[in-house]
Amino acid sequence: MIVGKQKPIEEIWHMVRDFKRVLVFGCNTCVAVCHAGGGKEAETIASLLKIRASQEGLDMEIDHSSVMRHCEPEYLTPVIDGLRRYDLVLSTACGVGVNFLSERIGNIPVYPGINTSFYGAVPEAGLFVELCAGCGNCILHLTGGICPIARCSKTLMNGPCGGTNRGKCEVSDDIDCAWYLIVERMKQLGTLDRLTEIQPPRDWSTARDGGPRRVSVEHIRAYEEAQTAKEGGKA
Amino acid sequence: MKSGSNLERVILSGVPAVTAELGPPMSADGSEIIHKAHLLKGYCDAANITDCQTAVVRISSIAGAVLALREGLEPVMQMTCRDRNRIAMQADLLGAHALGIRNCLCIAGDHQKFSAAGRLKGHPGAKNVYDVDTIQLVGILKKMRDEGLQQGGDKLDVPPKFFIGASWTPGGEPLDFRPINLKKKVDAGADFIQTQGIFDVEVFKSQMQKARDLGLHERTAILGGIIVPRTAMMLKYMDSSVAGVSVPKSLIERMARARDAAGDDKKKAKALQEEEGIRIAVELIHQVLEIPGVKGVHIQAIEWESAIEKIVKAAGLYPRPVFD
Repeated sequence: MIVGKQKPIEEIWHMVRDFKRVLVFGCNTCVAVCHAGGGKEAETIASLLKIRASQEGLDMEIDHSSVMRHCEPEYLTPVIDGLRRYDLVLSTACGVGVNFLSERIGNIPVYPGINTSFYGAVPEAGLFVELCAGCGNCILHLTGGICPIARCSKTLMNGPCGGTNRGKCEVSDDIDCAWYLIVERMKQLGTLDRLTEIQPPRDWSTARDGGPRRVSVEHIRAYEEAQTAKEGGKA
Repeated sequence: MKSGSNLERVILSGVPAVTAELGPPMSADGSEIIHKAHLLKGYCDAANITDCQTAVVRISSIAGAVLALREGLEPVMQMTCRDRNRIAMQADLLGAHALGIRNCLCIAGDHQKFSAAGRLKGHPGAKNVYDVDTIQLVGILKKMRDEGLQQGGDKLDVPPKFFIGASWTPGGEPLDFRPINLKKKVDAGADFIQTQGIFDVEVFKSQMQKARDLGLHERTAILGGIIVPRTAMMLKYMDSSVAGVSVPKSLIERMARARDAAGDDKKKAKALQEEEGIRIAVELIHQVLEIPGVKGVHIQAIEWESAIEKIVKAAGLYPRPVFD
C-alpha cells in the first residue's frame, strides 16, 4: 500500500489561507489505513482550518468530503462536478491522487495535504515500513525476498558495504542493514552460494531514472475499445 | 604490467608494500596537500587521496591526486560510488589517467548523511547516487583497461591503465560473508585490496585463512589496514562506533595507562599516548605482515601524516624500493 504522512497544519494553513471556499478531500484507500488522508483525517483537517480561520478573522468556507479512490475515474467522475464549486481542493490522497484530480478538475487548483512517503507494509499497528521501491525490474528471487534497492541505503547490489554495525545500517540504528538480513535469509534457505555471483551494473531505465513510466495492458485496452465500438462510440 | 604504477611495481617485486593516506582539506588552497605530500613522500609507495571522506566537501580526490603527483608522491585516487553516476565516473577516470594518475581505489563511500559523524553540517539532504556499487565499479575499470570499452559498450581510443583497488572490512558483519565479498571484488578485477583498520589480529588471521582457502591471496595483493591510534578515547570510540572495527581491551588499557602516567599534565598525556600509539601501530604492522598472503600494509595516520616517517622507519620498512 501507499503510505503517507499528513503535512504539518501550519504548512497546510499557509497553502490555503488565501482562498475563500476550500474543500478538504480525503481518499479512503491506502492513505486512510495509515491515518494520513482518509475521510476522517480530511474532517479533522477541515476543523483545524476552520478554527484557524476564525482565530485570524478570515471569512472562509471550509468543507470536507472523500471518495474511495482519487486515482480511478470510476470513483472520481461521479463527484468531480461537486468539487468545482470550490476555489481550492486540498486533497489528502497520495501524490497520484493529487495529480490525477488536478488533470481533470479544470480551472481549480488542487493542493497536497499529505506527504506521500513510500509503498510499505504494516508489521505492527501504527508502524509502516518501506519494502519496495518500484524500480521496475524485480530481483527479489536473487536476494532472499529482501530488496536491497528499497532497503539498503546505498542500493548496493553485491553485498554489504563496510558500514554494517551490529546488523544495523551506518545511516541510523533504526535501520536494519538490508545485506545483513539478506545474508542471514540466504543462509536459512541454504542458498548463500548464489550471492557469489556478481550482479552487473543495473539498467535503471525501468526505474524513475528512465523518465515517467507507464504500463499498457493491451488486452484490457483492446477489450475496452471493442466495447466502445459496440456501443456506437458512446461512453 | 597492468598500469606501470609504482605501487604495482613494488607489489610485483615481492617487497611488502606500504601505502598511506592523505585527506584533502575543506579549502580551495592546495598547499595543505602539498605539505602533507612532503611528509609522506619516500615513506610509502603510494598514498590514498580520499574522496570527500566522511561525506564532507573537500578538494576532490582527482585534483588532490594531481597535486600529490606534482610533488613526486604517487597517488591512489579514491573514487566513491556516492557522488557520481557511471557517466561522471568514467569521464573522471579518463581525465585522471590523462593527468597521470595510475592507481584507483573503488569504495562505496560514507553515506551523505554521515557528515563527519555529525561533527559538521555536511550535506545530509544531498541526492543519493549509487548508480553502481563498488564491485560494479571495479568491473567498469577492468573493462575500460582490458577491453578498451566503456560500461555501455562504446570503444575507447586509448584505454585508461589503472591499477585497480578495492577495500575490505574483514571484521565486518556478517562475518562469514566477508570472504565471499572479497572474492567478488577479486573476481570483478581488484588488483589490490586495502583492509579496514585491524586491531583484532586474531579475527583478521581467521578471515585471511578463509581468503587463502579461496585462493584469493594469489589473485590480489592484500594490504592490511593499520590505523595509528592517537588517544585512548579514539580507540574506545573506534571499538564502540566504527563499523567492522573491534579493539581488544588490552590495547585500550595500554593507551589509558600511557595517558594516566602523565597525571594532570595534558601536554605530556598527549605525547605519551602518541608514543604508545606509534608503538602499537608498529607492533600491528609486524603481526599483520607475518600472516601468510598479506602483501603489505595500508597505514592511516588520520590528520597525523607526520607520524608516518617514524612508524615506517621503526617497522623496518624504510627505505622504500625505487624503480627506474
